[in-house]
Amino acid sequence: MKKNDLKGWLYLLPAFLFLGVFMVYPLIDVFIYSFEEGYNSASQTHFGVGIYNYSYVLRDPYFLQALKNTLILVFITVPASTLLALAISVALSSVKRIRNLFQTIYFLPYVTNTLAVGLVFMILFQKSEYSVGLVNSFLGIFGISPVDFIEGPYFAKMLTLCIYTVWTVLPFKILVLTTALASVNKEYYEAAKVDATPKFRVFMKITLPSISSTLSYLIITGFIGAFKAYSDAVAIFGTDLNVAEMNTIVGYIYDMLYGDSGGYPSFASATAIILFAIVLTITCINLAVSKKHVKYQ
Amino acid sequence: MKGGASLEKTVLSKKKKSDAREKTGKVFIYVLLAFWALVVLFPFYWMVLSSFKSYGEYTSEYIPKFYSASPTFENYFQAFTAVPLGKYFFNTLLYTVVTTALMLIVSILAAFSFARLEFKGKNLAFTLLLSLMMIPNELVVITNFVTVTNLDMRNTFMGLILPSVTSVFYIYLLKENFASVPDQIYYAAKVDGASDFKYLLRVIVPVCKPTIVTVTILKVVECWNSYVWPRLITDDQNYFLVSNGIQEIRENGFGRENVPAMMAAVVVVSLPLIVLFLIFHKKISAGVARGGIKG
Repeated sequence: MKKNDLKGWLYLLPAFLFLGVFMVYPLIDVFIYSFEEGYNSASQTHFGVGIYNYSYVLRDPYFLQALKNTLILVFITVPASTLLALAISVALSSVKRIRNLFQTIYFLPYVTNTLAVGLVFMILFQKSEYSVGLVNSFLGIFGISPVDFIEGPYFAKMLTLCIYTVWTVLPFKILVLTTALASVNKEYYEAAKVDATPKFRVFMKITLPSISSTLSYLIITGFIGAFKAYSDAVAIFGTDLNVAEMNTIVGYIYDMLYGDSGGYPSFASATAIILFAIVLTITCINLAVSKKHVKYQ
Repeated sequence: MKGGASLEKTVLSKKKKSDAREKTGKVFIYVLLAFWALVVLFPFYWMVLSSFKSYGEYTSEYIPKFYSASPTFENYFQAFTAVPLGKYFFNTLLYTVVTTALMLIVSILAAFSFARLEFKGKNLAFTLLLSLMMIPNELVVITNFVTVTNLDMRNTFMGLILPSVTSVFYIYLLKENFASVPDQIYYAAKVDGASDFKYLLRVIVPVCKPTIVTVTILKVVECWNSYVWPRLITDDQNYFLVSNGIQEIRENGFGRENVPAMMAAVVVVSLPLIVLFLIFHKKISAGVARGGIKG
């Protein structure tokens, strides 16, 4: 028996070494960091323990800007992308011809490099001295005067970021929803057909309840993912997000850690824990709400 | 009789009407689907198109054109000569291959242990593993950054690779798959005197190949596109991956906002994964649908 115990752990050893060093230890350490005041990364010393790091971060205008941006991004892109994905998936599952082609195309952004395609979005939305840009020349058809969506007014930049975010998260949502829609019990639809139930009613009474657990899963993971937004913003506005007024909470963490304003792991840790607390709260609210509405089968 | 015929008529005309409505509905649905396909594909079209325009042509179009009058390969030549795109490529390839290989070895061993071996503390260990699945990367990246910096592993491949190896989720996925292999095969192998390790290599790995391939592809995609960790840990261009390379090109490369050259670089960077996707898209989407993760 003893020999078997050893063997089991031996197989686990590599994984647990990696997890221990790069996940468990950092997890404990980040809490410690966040309470160490005046940490100096050069000498690795600190001169106090307390909540100063938290109060500093919560009063930092850059953090407040990042918090505001992240909240706007979350509360626009999560509902928008979920509804859009639902509409597209329902449309997709109601057709037969060239459905596979559509499905393949829709999934394509999932594998593309966020930074690379973000650069294309920047080019499309940009207005520079020698070119009005494609989006602006399109808007011009409707008599809308050109706006710089990359370095212009705040709402325009936020709009660009929201559009790009929706574009990048949609493949995953469409995929998960079409899979869920395909597994809805066909007998329900047959019965509805016999009764000549109107389509909208079928959708509300059969389709929606059948996929409600998938929808709530998508909303919960959507919130978590949107709160951690960062790469999309960098892809469009460049690495100096504070100057662009487009920083996100995660961006703030990395700026505190590294870069021009970096060298403050304690502030970064405090921010990471604040973010974790926000995400945890939202997830709990989501779970409580979905418990009321989701029908588990 | 008369009444019956007219009733039949109204039923028929009603059916015709609903057919017509159905048809307009279908048209509407196809328009919606085609519109979204266009939204998805357009950026790709635009990057390819722009990459074939010469710098002069591009800057002379105040309102951008949907075609190129004189397409040129010049930008692709520039992308590989003016910036070290080849170097970024090689770095990313090395990083992706080594990280994925290490991940596979580590995860397969752990998954096998959980799925097949009996030992003390197994349940506790598995619960611990599952609880780690909920930990967001943002929470651990700070200490990892400090650890790697203190170990003097910034701007090294070790520093890039080691923290990226572990994937709790893949261990879980493989464990579920390994556990579904029938017990009888295991005992038959034991009777034949095969060691557990031989059994893992000769039976489990071949039988579970589809899942292993899926996990491999997902990890490759994740590695190829990773940006945050490489950005934190490298500031020497010799160790840049393609994502950081793109960012570098955008901020300092080619000079004077040479958009066509940038787009050529973007095409080159995007191409390998698009090819991979076209070959394996069924496997990738099946894996993602089952795992429910966004890389």
